[in-house]
Amino acid sequence: MRVSTSTSNLADETPKPSKNRIVGTLYRGNEGMWSWVLHRITGIAIYFFLLVHVLDTATVRISPEVYNAIIGAYKNPIMGLGEIALVGAVVLHALNGIRIILVDMFPAVTRVQRQLFWGVVGISLVLIIAFSIRHIPNVFGEH
Amino acid sequence: MTIDNPNYAYPARSTRRRGINLEKAGWIFMRVSGVVLVVLIFGHLFYNLMWTPGGIQAIDFGFVGGKFADPFWQWYDVIMLWLAIIHGSNGVRTIVNDYVHNKTVRGVLLWAILLAGAVLIVLGTLITFTFDPCPTGASAELLPSFCADL
Repeated sequence: MRVSTSTSNLADETPKPSKNRIVGTLYRGNEGMWSWVLHRITGIAIYFFLLVHVLDTATVRISPEVYNAIIGAYKNPIMGLGEIALVGAVVLHALNGIRIILVDMFPAVTRVQRQLFWGVVGISLVLIIAFSIRHIPNVFGEH
Repeated sequence: MTIDNPNYAYPARSTRRRGINLEKAGWIFMRVSGVVLVVLIFGHLFYNLMWTPGGIQAIDFGFVGGKFADPFWQWYDVIMLWLAIIHGSNGVRTIVNDYVHNKTVRGVLLWAILLAGAVLIVLGTLITFTFDPCPTGASAELLPSFCADL
């Protein structure tokens, strides 16, 4: 910061951008921005999975052999871990969506939207861990 | 100096217009369908991947055939399909409108979203209600157990 020596020249007082500022158009918001980013990324990921998932389920109309071969692709360990990521995306999107609805509906809730975001993250982690405890033995177990 | 009538296509406060406000209807739909989808999808994931013994490994033609033979699961899955496709398509439409500035590219993407959604809704609905869990000629060990009683 610079202390101006002149007292009358207003042009000199114009604040300059801080040197350590991130260049570009990145908006450095707080929990509100990151929940918005997370909602978009999880939303797009779920959308593309949904397109594939309707098509893979549609193969039940072809034959039992074809459906079993297609759905078998979901049973290898890499896809099994991907399913945890998918469930995580769904849980985060769902709970953050409820947070958005509450903030929109009740003006008083806007005061605690920050705490609600961390609540969303916390409950999501609990649900993802609970799912993983049940899912991982299924993925790696013999069937 | 203030600008009384700025030449801007999307003012923050829109003037009163006639007819149905489609964007407002979409906004309400996202909230209503979102709440219903949380219940339906959590139920879908819990039943298929956690409640059913074997979870992901147990999902095969016999499992899906058994579910689609039950009107409860047919309606459950079809309602979930319609709500999820419309909710997802409208969400991706919003993102395309935000980031795709080229008019032609945006038009192509919006039509692709509409087409993909319409095809999947029609396909999924037809399959759920015309599905035969016991197709003739298929080996019995691939089919739901109740097919043996037919």
